[in-house]
Amino acid sequence: MNTATTGLQSARIGTGLLDSTRPVSFQFNGRSYTGLQGDTLASALLANEQRLVGRSFKYHRPRGIFSAGSEEPNALVELGSGAYREPNTRATVTELFEGLEARSQNHRGPLSFDVMAINDHLSSFLSAGFYYKTFMWPKAFWEKVYEPVIRAAAGLGSLSMQEDPDTYDKGFLHADLLIVGAGPSGLAAALTAGRAGLRVIIADDDFLAGGRLNAEQMEVDGMPSAQWAARSHAELCSMPNVRCLLRTSVYGAFDHGIYGALQRCTDHLPDKSSEKPRQILWRIYARQTLLGAGATERSIAFANNDRPGIMLAGAVRTYMNRFGVAPGKEVVVFTNNDDGWRTAADLTRAGVSLAAIIDTRTTSAPMKLPGVRIVMGGQVITTRGRLGLRSVTLHDGQTLPCDCLAVAGGWSPNVHLTCHQRGRPVWRQGIAAFVPGAELPQGMRVIGAANGSLGLSSALTEGHRTAVRIIEASGIGKNTSSSPVAEQESTRITAFWHVSASRGRAWIDLQNDVTTKDIALSFKEGFRSVEHLKRYTTLGMATDQGKTSNVLGLAVMPQLSGKTIQDTGTTIFRPPYTPIPIAALAGRSRGKHFRPVRHTPSHQWAQDNGGDFVETGMWLRAQWYTREGETHWRQSVDREVLQTRRAVGICDVTTLGKIDIQGKDAAAFLDRVYANTFSTLAVGKVRYGLMLREDGFVMDDGTTARLGDTHFLMTTTTANAVSVFRHLEFCRQCLWPEMDVHLISATEQWAQYAIAGPQARALLEGVVDAPFDISNETFPFMACAELTVFNGTPARLFRISFSGELAYELAVPTRYGHSLMEALMQHGKQFDVVAYGTEALGVMRIEKGHAAGNELNGQTTAANLGLGRMVSTKKDCIGAVLSKRPAMNTENAIQLVGFMPEDSAQSLRAGAHFLSEDAEETTANDQGWMTSVAWSPVLNSSIGLGFITNGSNRQGERIKAYDPVRGESYPVRIVSPHFVDPDGERLRG
Amino acid sequence: MPVSTMRYSALKVLKEGLTGNRGWRPAWREPEPRTHYDVIIVGGGGHGLATAHYLASVHGITNVAVLEKGWIGSGNIGRNTTIVRSNYLLPGNEPFYELSMKLWENLEQDLNYNAMMSQRGIVNLFHSDAQRDAYARRGNAMRLAGADSVLLDEAGIRELCPFLDYENARFPIKGGLLQPRAGTARHDAVAWGYARGADSRGVDIIQNCEVTGFTLENGVCTGVDSTRGRISAGKVAVCVAGSSGRVMAMAGMRLPIESHVLQAFVSEGLKPVIPGVITFGAGHFYISQSDKGGLVFGGDIDGYNSYAQRGNLPTVEDVCEGGMAIMPMIGRARLLRMWGGIMDMSMDGSPFIDKTSVPGLYFNGGWCYGGFKATPASGWCYAHLIATGQPHETAAAYRLDRFMSGAVIDERGAGAQPNLH
Amino acid sequence: MLIDHPLLGLRDASEFVYLGDASLMNRPDATAADASQQFHDYLHLRDNPAGLHRELWYHEQGDRSWLIVTRDTLTHEISHVELARDVSLAHRATDQEGGA
Repeated sequence: MNTATTGLQSARIGTGLLDSTRPVSFQFNGRSYTGLQGDTLASALLANEQRLVGRSFKYHRPRGIFSAGSEEPNALVELGSGAYREPNTRATVTELFEGLEARSQNHRGPLSFDVMAINDHLSSFLSAGFYYKTFMWPKAFWEKVYEPVIRAAAGLGSLSMQEDPDTYDKGFLHADLLIVGAGPSGLAAALTAGRAGLRVIIADDDFLAGGRLNAEQMEVDGMPSAQWAARSHAELCSMPNVRCLLRTSVYGAFDHGIYGALQRCTDHLPDKSSEKPRQILWRIYARQTLLGAGATERSIAFANNDRPGIMLAGAVRTYMNRFGVAPGKEVVVFTNNDDGWRTAADLTRAGVSLAAIIDTRTTSAPMKLPGVRIVMGGQVITTRGRLGLRSVTLHDGQTLPCDCLAVAGGWSPNVHLTCHQRGRPVWRQGIAAFVPGAELPQGMRVIGAANGSLGLSSALTEGHRTAVRIIEASGIGKNTSSSPVAEQESTRITAFWHVSASRGRAWIDLQNDVTTKDIALSFKEGFRSVEHLKRYTTLGMATDQGKTSNVLGLAVMPQLSGKTIQDTGTTIFRPPYTPIPIAALAGRSRGKHFRPVRHTPSHQWAQDNGGDFVETGMWLRAQWYTREGETHWRQSVDREVLQTRRAVGICDVTTLGKIDIQGKDAAAFLDRVYANTFSTLAVGKVRYGLMLREDGFVMDDGTTARLGDTHFLMTTTTANAVSVFRHLEFCRQCLWPEMDVHLISATEQWAQYAIAGPQARALLEGVVDAPFDISNETFPFMACAELTVFNGTPARLFRISFSGELAYELAVPTRYGHSLMEALMQHGKQFDVVAYGTEALGVMRIEKGHAAGNELNGQTTAANLGLGRMVSTKKDCIGAVLSKRPAMNTENAIQLVGFMPEDSAQSLRAGAHFLSEDAEETTANDQGWMTSVAWSPVLNSSIGLGFITNGSNRQGERIKAYDPVRGESYPVRIVSPHFVDPDGERLRG
Repeated sequence: MPVSTMRYSALKVLKEGLTGNRGWRPAWREPEPRTHYDVIIVGGGGHGLATAHYLASVHGITNVAVLEKGWIGSGNIGRNTTIVRSNYLLPGNEPFYELSMKLWENLEQDLNYNAMMSQRGIVNLFHSDAQRDAYARRGNAMRLAGADSVLLDEAGIRELCPFLDYENARFPIKGGLLQPRAGTARHDAVAWGYARGADSRGVDIIQNCEVTGFTLENGVCTGVDSTRGRISAGKVAVCVAGSSGRVMAMAGMRLPIESHVLQAFVSEGLKPVIPGVITFGAGHFYISQSDKGGLVFGGDIDGYNSYAQRGNLPTVEDVCEGGMAIMPMIGRARLLRMWGGIMDMSMDGSPFIDKTSVPGLYFNGGWCYGGFKATPASGWCYAHLIATGQPHETAAAYRLDRFMSGAVIDERGAGAQPNLH
Repeated sequence: MLIDHPLLGLRDASEFVYLGDASLMNRPDATAADASQQFHDYLHLRDNPAGLHRELWYHEQGDRSWLIVTRDTLTHEISHVELARDVSLAHRATDQEGGA
């Protein structure tokens, strides 16, 4: 190999599956290194003999690379810089790219000299659960001293604290067959199903299809296994009915065959500025699913089994065979099963010096390894080497110098997705591992190593056979394939978990620093359920969720309790299988795009005329229109109110819900859904309606117009437009299906404007087409009509008033909304017309004492609102029966009244509570609260509405408004809620 | 019968550390059930264990068994987002939760167990004048009940949480209601602390003991049948949260409760960034950060009846959208684990601590998704009711007959539909 | 979750809005002597089964049908879906026959 183009890479012993012509330079902790295209960050670091890559969570122990996959507990780094910084990234699955920047994390000072490593020396005092037993005295110290110290030590990596600059997409996919994992079993199944014509999705975490096929010196169909994988993948990619998703983690199995998957699209590209989304979150709907997620190797517990250089034996094979890297110069293998021997064989074949193979079994050696020292029935007792392994010590006291220890503790099937619903794994003694239980997610079957079929041949056969069964059941196509052929390697194991002769700490969970001593202590203190064990020791709670450690922990526990592993049970695997960025789950629904924005048809007009907008649910409504020279919103609002009350104002009320109700039984239907009666309403008239929930509290209010004998138009509040419609459909379909009544939401079909003020009629007379007559005699208060305006534009006119003025609401089909607003304002100039916003609308309704959202808050009754007499006693309606419950009708019930400050300079504030002036300020003395306030430019005073106990009988009483959150407390007087024109002369004029 | 219990302290930790941690003893016993107890508490969750602790420590009633079908703390106390607060609105609720807050503040000394109560505050964001006024009403109600509350404007929120999105949010942040004394506690440790406290006073905590029926004699409840045999009792107190419907059905009772799933989420461990608890009601999102560094967050219930302790993707995505809408700096933090708990959602969103129509049988439930913070007061008030026969003054509104009378406690004003609370 | 809508086939559950137990369709008679007790029970008390549950879902992002879905609350498995209106009408027909 030409070191001039590939940099040092002194541990590189071959090219594996890499592209040796494409060197890739990258940085780790500020230092530059070179790797090859196809490397992971971990393999490239190992190629450069950078073995110390991080620190553990609790004791800050030096740590290296432990695995070659997503199960990695140790090699977590911060990737990228600035807003792109990404903490806790597993180096073992990070594809190397030109310019990659990585930093180690969780240390103070340099990685090789972390001052927090003092914790390691204090470990006797930091045993499992120690914090529950101390830091209690003196009491004040917890907040000020202890907790800040604990929090300073919390976490691993750091967030950038900047907005994530990338974009994320979401997509939906449908398949006859989803295959999770493109290893031997998954590829065999995909080939079989794909060739038969099924719509197949095959997904794999890795950027290369093949799984272990890429990590082995084995053959499939007479060719090297990696070559077979590449060829199979190419064939699958060529099939139009197959979608191959590499770099895609299927992270969760949800109800009814729905799977979540995350595809990484640009993480491996040097250029981050592309328009592409960084990642895509797929929701996959699959009729059938094959889980071929493989298996994860686990370690053995012995003293100091956590040093850099101590790796899983399978990972050692992966680094050699796939990445052409020797993880050490002098290697020792420690195994309890035959698979460890295959690592030894591959090491020897690659010419890496193998000091010894230590097998815990007392059987004869499963294979011959010429020139290698074989110790059967042997154990590694402890290791040495602070920043990297230097030697191991055996049970007989011998010390073997080495810089890499390959540990083969057996393989655990990746059963995670089988457990995302109700499945619980079962113990299979033959392979010393948990395999999927009988209860699987709907449509799921498990194949290959994930199913406990650890040999290569059985994985291929199982994948193929299961796919054939799915094809046959699907009725979609015919099987045309036969099973791929491979040798079946030996996977015999004799369970061995813990070197009990080891003194010192033996690690179970590497990241969270859980040792066998913690497990023993947890047991001793009574935390014996696996869930207690997990929670007390934090076993399996780190970023790897215990992929390499859970089973080991579960196996050590029975040694203490005398129970079997099966009886000890497992903790529950939960989604996601591997961690997913929060941004990916949010997709494009963030920032301004978090929720849709609803604009009324004349939104642009409002924008062009100084409209200042406010959120009303998803709607944007103009709250006032700022004119030149106005510097405070109150100036605008006061002007709008005064001009409306003096001349005429126009307000966009399109956002109100509108429900078109038709049918022979429409009137009877309204009688049942409204508290008051509508069947007596004449055609061409409008009535205010009060709607209750079935529990008797007020649900909504609005006006309903009778446009014809069998045709009504209901309006709802803006906030409840959707829920009222849903409720009416419930009544229609579920409660009274025999009624002839039909509902259509017309909210978005009509633009609607309130035209209010003494000049309203004069303005409209020039708008309404002849021969419609809107004089007070023919079109009195509460009249309505369908007519045309501005020479033939269809419209509906309602003479209703929220402001208390002579007022109308004029509705036109949505497409005319903008033009109507323009035309009304143009035509209205001669009447001194003004556009007013929701704030002026609010001021005028408070001046009139009308209830709105603050009063109709779902907690109030008709009686509370002073509308008790509207609840008809002559008929049943939704809410009628339960509105009579005693506690809702007490003498001392709160009632809506008006309030004015005793000191005219005092501004009222909503949210203040009412207390007797001399009462102690306690909950018991609370009499009510202020719901809505406004500055009335008509009265030149702050005015308010509010609920107070027995309010309507207390007019004139002086009471205290108590508002401590705003530092105020002041006297107010209870008054009538009708501040302006209490007799309603203006609206009838 | 009191049991000698090891006292925990820094000195003890030091001494044990020096002697190989050999002297630690079980935090609680594993007793065989006796044939009779004065009080049987059905359910070894936080509320049940707290009830046992206060029955023994406050009322001197120690002949008590807590029967747990699985392992103690396996219900919602073991799967919540650990928030402690007393920022309620209604007079039926706020004094109760403020009592709970005061008990939280002295919990560690009371239990000799560090549940890591961390009073770093909770802020509820608002986005409009109407929401501000509603929070002012609530903040004032809290003050009336003796709690703390601070109404912050946008500048105040910026100072507290500079990392929120103030420039580009769909619903601009206008301010928030802060309760400085609120915060989080280590949820499992609360169960363990109460268990240890109760056990040390003689309470039998019996795990893996499922109640299969109630013994009724002449209409009076005199004990339970369990997977470990029949056990008689002077009083039987049910406290089983999400399993309320199932358990009370064995006594022939239908409840104003539905069981729903609430999901919660935790990220990988990160260096601390979130000061306290932040809730973003408009986006169905709340978040805090644990002492281990994980971002702990959640949102709304999935919305359908469930006993499955797991939820579905639409809610997961909805919650993360809420997070990204208000604090897009968490985008590159990774979601590590999601899980679900079964919430005993009541018809008005408020709980019950009451006698039942069967003499001798008591019921505590309906905590919705807010049971964790209530744990101490729930135990305190339930113990009071069981011991004295009278409701505690702060829990007097938590009656089972309140839907008959109309005296509902509906904080949200959502009506008799559990999934809206 | 997926709901097999009787008219539209499999639809994602997120298109629907959930209400609750299908017994909410059986609104009591307001003129009954014990109407307040009946309404109290109807609106507030639930079987809340851990197992099969007949429940009301509304296809808000679809055709606005109210459906009765029979779903297992332990497994979330859906075994049956009906149009609520059909069920309600059939229920009435049976009631009338019974009354005749």
